[in-house]
Amino acid sequence: MISARGLAKRYGDRRVFTGVDLDLAAGGFLLVTGPNGSGKTTLLRVLAGLAAPSAGELQLPERHTVGYLGHSPNVYRELSALENLTLFGRLYRLPERAERIGMLLERFGLWEMRRDRVSTFSRGMQQRLGLCRVLLHEPSLLLLDEPYNALDAQGAALLDGVFDEPRTWVVATHEPQRVERRATERLAFA
Amino acid sequence: MTYAGDVAALARKDLLLELRAKETLPSMLLFVIAALTIFHFALPRGTSHAAALGLLWAALIFTALLGLTRAFVAEREQGMFDALVLAPCDRSAIWLGKALAVLAFLVAAEVVALPAFAAFFSGVDGRTVAAVALADIGIATVGTLFGAMAVAGRARELLLPLLFLPMAIPIVAAGVGGYLWFLAGYDAIFAVLSWAAFEYVVAET
Repeated sequence: MISARGLAKRYGDRRVFTGVDLDLAAGGFLLVTGPNGSGKTTLLRVLAGLAAPSAGELQLPERHTVGYLGHSPNVYRELSALENLTLFGRLYRLPERAERIGMLLERFGLWEMRRDRVSTFSRGMQQRLGLCRVLLHEPSLLLLDEPYNALDAQGAALLDGVFDEPRTWVVATHEPQRVERRATERLAFA
Repeated sequence: MTYAGDVAALARKDLLLELRAKETLPSMLLFVIAALTIFHFALPRGTSHAAALGLLWAALIFTALLGLTRAFVAEREQGMFDALVLAPCDRSAIWLGKALAVLAFLVAAEVVALPAFAAFFSGVDGRTVAAVALADIGIATVGTLFGAMAVAGRARELLLPLLFLPMAIPIVAAGVGGYLWFLAGYDAIFAVLSWAAFEYVVAET
């Protein structure tokens, strides 16, 4: 699914990471840990195809099979939950859009507020909607950056359930204990 | 059809965001009316129509700049570029959808600005209206591309005027002179260039 050799990323003179080698097979789970500023987010952006590596070789799956959720929920605050998901459902050309959107909103406890603007949501609800958006097109590779951010116990339990799905995962987190048992690969930045 | 549908969905999203947030268009309207009012009092009586027309174009360009500065605010503040860029739609659809929304804001501002200019100075003829309409297309296409470039940079408020204003000089020159064919050519060339270049603008290196 992902293969990297000697991967490095620099911004000008600043070295973010160097010498990253990894092989992540389909169905694998890569756990990325490290302190703030160690390069976790940049690595995830490179593996999502959102940033080009400065050096090294990288093989990634096709763009439409990738889902990426960054630090922020990546949803439009002035649109409703339904409008956000409908927009991305359209861009991803989902054939049965309404059913898929309805199922995800129900699953993440957002159905009742589907017509409310996201700006009225709590940060945790926004994160749930971000997870809905990123799961919408059934990506085979999902990259999540601090996905437990702002989630309450119920939200975190919902996310734990998401990890049971048969996908390939790359997760950067400060709470490795929640997903440690799932990890098939580990990458620790110093 | 799919490409057109993507563009329509993205443009509709931008219009909906503005309808709800009301942040860009009111600022543009206030700015253009304030600018024309200042020009009205600053110019001596008996100023020629040509001189006043030049100031109209200056007001329109800076009003457009104000709108362009805010064009990608939602994408920047809410991290939406990442989500849009990963979608399997053609990336140029993101540019075209945004350019259409910018064009709509420009037209809305001018629907107010041109009658205000007529009230403060002198009437606007059909050739000027046509020139403004053609200029809007050039401003929206080039400005949206530069807006996307600037939004990725640190000094974005500085970068956009530095990129956009030099490109607006031919628009103003042709607009004041009423050279419609030049404006149409400018629109065609820069629309194609911006459409083709957007893919590389949003690709982080």
